[in-house]
Amino acid sequence: MNKIDNIFDVAGRSMSAQLVRMNTIASNLANAGNVSGTEETAYRAMKPVFQTTYANQFEENGISTTEVAQIVQSDRKPERIYMPSHPLSDDDGFVYAAAVNVEEEFVEMLETNRQYQNNIEVISTIRALMMRTINMGK
Amino acid sequence: MNGIGEYLDVHSTALEVRARRNKILASNIANAATPHFKARDIDFQDEIRRAAGSSKSAVQATDTKHIQASLRGPTADLLYRDPVSASRDGNTVEMNVEQMEFSENVIRYQTSLTFLNNKISGLMSAIRGE
Repeated sequence: MNKIDNIFDVAGRSMSAQLVRMNTIASNLANAGNVSGTEETAYRAMKPVFQTTYANQFEENGISTTEVAQIVQSDRKPERIYMPSHPLSDDDGFVYAAAVNVEEEFVEMLETNRQYQNNIEVISTIRALMMRTINMGK
Repeated sequence: MNGIGEYLDVHSTALEVRARRNKILASNIANAATPHFKARDIDFQDEIRRAAGSSKSAVQATDTKHIQASLRGPTADLLYRDPVSASRDGNTVEMNVEQMEFSENVIRYQTSLTFLNNKISGLMSAIRGE
């Protein structure tokens, strides 16, 4: 499981973590306008929890990467909207809108994008270095 | 009589330390969004000095019963980065700092590589005698 021993593992795992984050953001945004009949069934934004994973020989090589420990639902309350004509509305005429903050999701999407790009940048730099090292002495 | 390995020693050691530092910096960049992650780094000068000193001043085994001291310490001194402005989630990775350090390290790696290449081509022309 904990088999991280080069930069490709580091960046690769970090990129998959960012991808999970991107997936949750996409799900949150897709559900942003949804309403529900009860507060319990209303959609709540999903957030991944990142955690550092250390290589087995961390003290020797200092390699660590990140991975998603779990995905939690945000504790933001769904908004209660008075909409008596809505077919899903409860006895008092209220519906519950998904607890998603669209602006927040957009900012997170940009950040995720940046992190992903940074990892790609590292990989392409290291790859170029490795190619130059292989060709040493030629 | 010094071997070819010794002729290239400084630069190959530098290359080794630079490669190790690259891994550490890549780990920092990978963990840029992980709460409570502390950015790590090594002191290049210290590591070079350790690598260079260990081959000369290592404990001499003057008897066959002596335990051989390892020439090169296996562990690098992993230090913690002092953040310029720490973030609230306990993460001390600052993307701009890490990117700058990373690109500097890459350039210096390439420099060592160039020095090595020059030395090798010098050796080659000496061997060929052209």
